[in-house]
Amino acid sequence: MSTIRTYTIGTVTDCLRALALASLAVAAYAAPYVPSDDSRVLEHLPVRPSDPIARELRKLRADLAASPRNRATAIRLAERYFALANAEGDPRYVGYAQAALKPWWDLPAPPLDVLVMRAILKQYSHDFSGAMQDLTAATREDPENARAWSWRAAIDMVQANYEQARKDCLALRKIVSDLYAVGCIAYLDGTTGKAGAAYRALSETFALSGDDSPEMKVWVLTRLAEMSLRVGNVKQAEENFRTAYFEPINDQFLLAAYADFLLDQERPDEVIPLLVDWVRSDILLLRLALAEKALKAPKAGEHIEALRSRFEAAALRGDKLHQQEEARFNLYLLGNKEKALALAQENWKLQREPRDARILLEAALAMKNPAAAQGTLDWLERSGHEDPGLRATAQRLKASKR
Amino acid sequence: MKSAGRGLITVVLALAASAAFAHKPSDSYLAVSVEGTELSGQWDIALRDLDFAIGIDDNGDGDITWGEVKAHHADIAAYALARLKLRSGGADCPVRATEFLVDDHSDGAYSVMRFEGACPAEVETIEISYSLFADLDPQHKGLLRLEHGSGTRTGIFSPERATQSFELGRMSALTQFLDYAREGVWHIWIGFDHILFLLSLLLPAVLAFGDGRWRAVERFPPAFWDVFKIVTSFTVAHSITLSLAALGVISLPSRLVESAIASSVVLAALNNVFPLVHGRRWMVAFFFGLVHGFGFASVLRDLGLPQNALLIALVGFNLGVEGGQLAVVSAFLPLAYWLRATWLYRRLVFMGGSLAIVAVAGTWLVERAFNMKIITP
Repeated sequence: MSTIRTYTIGTVTDCLRALALASLAVAAYAAPYVPSDDSRVLEHLPVRPSDPIARELRKLRADLAASPRNRATAIRLAERYFALANAEGDPRYVGYAQAALKPWWDLPAPPLDVLVMRAILKQYSHDFSGAMQDLTAATREDPENARAWSWRAAIDMVQANYEQARKDCLALRKIVSDLYAVGCIAYLDGTTGKAGAAYRALSETFALSGDDSPEMKVWVLTRLAEMSLRVGNVKQAEENFRTAYFEPINDQFLLAAYADFLLDQERPDEVIPLLVDWVRSDILLLRLALAEKALKAPKAGEHIEALRSRFEAAALRGDKLHQQEEARFNLYLLGNKEKALALAQENWKLQREPRDARILLEAALAMKNPAAAQGTLDWLERSGHEDPGLRATAQRLKASKR
Repeated sequence: MKSAGRGLITVVLALAASAAFAHKPSDSYLAVSVEGTELSGQWDIALRDLDFAIGIDDNGDGDITWGEVKAHHADIAAYALARLKLRSGGADCPVRATEFLVDDHSDGAYSVMRFEGACPAEVETIEISYSLFADLDPQHKGLLRLEHGSGTRTGIFSPERATQSFELGRMSALTQFLDYAREGVWHIWIGFDHILFLLSLLLPAVLAFGDGRWRAVERFPPAFWDVFKIVTSFTVAHSITLSLAALGVISLPSRLVESAIASSVVLAALNNVFPLVHGRRWMVAFFFGLVHGFGFASVLRDLGLPQNALLIALVGFNLGVEGGQLAVVSAFLPLAYWLRATWLYRRLVFMGGSLAIVAVAGTWLVERAFNMKIITP
């Protein structure tokens, strides 16, 4: 009898194992299907083929295909795609831009315009050292290249190389109008403990400049809002966010910063209408899900699952571009503190802006592990960054014990 | 999220702008499964990427419909498969598309293409060259999941790593042997016709026929030796034909084999009700065992016989079958011996059971001989 029983059990475990494997396979590769109806719409293209932008891109691509080594066409196409990448937030276009530069992409010393464009595309994929190398070569070749200097400043700011960033801003002052040079310095000062003075300098220069392009306005107002928060002026921050929000352009950075502000002010209900149409954007979906969770809204679960699958897809691909968001997702939406801390630490190695500092301090506090964020605590002292919330978190972290 | 900037012509806006990676970048999902010389797989490619490469939105309305995708299936297969090279042992392993479906991934709809192919020889190392969209989008990646009996592997293809080799390794002889042995046991367990045949021959083992009627045997040893002879001769017989058929020496049409197996069950059970052969049931077991062996062989053929380990597979499967049989017998014999003198055994189990077996196997016989479905075997 025992023989029968053991192999019955064997059969049952085999079946269970097969079932488990099958469900794993389903989880990794959801069930494909054959649509029943020919007219069923499977996908919406972000740019219609009949759109003027699409037409222009098609023309440029055809021109480039006819003469792939025509640098002017290649650069123009790369610029168009890069602008589209920013507008749509879709990294595919960065790949298309890179493809346009193919004949020059691997050259050690490509022509200046390619060098700068290549640097911009590299930093987009977080290859900061590769980008910096190209930008250094570009500024050496052409010390008056404003674009190269401003990208250098941007990368130095992301990596918290403040002395170098100041040099970049000063180099800019000689070659561009006041607003840009002041904007560059104000951005640096606003991050390194002089937010009050930076606010005055930027708002005055902006008022005098007469520049009222929506892009410039949104950029300045978002910076002013951030600086207001750093000096603790919540009302002023909100005014700036709102004015920027009503400008006639979409800016995901503004939306993310504004949503974070509302979440910090414990006004999640106002985040929903702001972001409800932005579920395609990972970074905005994260904010939306945070608001929905705070409100116990029915959509929260679905959006958390969507984020989970997107982070899983990125992990499968080997991407490390989303670590700051993924850390926040783990800490506040999954309650997985350990993973959040590991991700925030990994992220801090590459990116050191105030937002990167914040998630690392919060994750370390959740784990009561000040040592894990020692680099960030040092950064806070060294930079003199003023944000009251960040400083309070740092104090609590230092006082916390395992 | 952020890249360092957004590169508007207005230079300083580079500072702290842009939520760069709002979307997932372009990936395809490639699953390849290797079994012996056979390849099969599934390739999920984003419709957006396919539209960029070969144009799918024929009416230009910005919406891709199933009808538009369907009209381009041949183009998709030609475009994609030209950019995927599978090689083994220095030789190409050509694949062809077999089926097209659609799937929704976290970032939109994908075309799902299933494919099949074969390598000239048993695959030990597979070399995969992947160049899908390499010319259009150098940031595109191909995410590979490679399945083989020895395990599952993953890989990431990019233009920098366009060709990768995967050592599949042979499965150890022991693993292979155990695999086939397990299949053998499993086949006895689910192969009711074999169990019923065996039971028909075993039911009378605890009884003796004389003077026109069955009566219980007095001692255990005769019953045991009777069973021993039956099981051994059945085993020897089906091992012979299983080996001959598996090695391709003899081949019989499966409809004939399956019908013969069903009639063997009918005859063996009928012999209990109207005894013609008794005392020499081992000869019956041997004769029909030859037939059952052909049935086992067809199962083994369906499992796929590894050419490099034919003997291991054959012996493993056969021993698995024996193990399964032995389990049935060792469960049956003590119980039957214990109950042999009761009315329950002699009337209900022996007579009733035999008649029921006749009925079931008779139905199989009709089904198999005339290729129709009445009950499922």
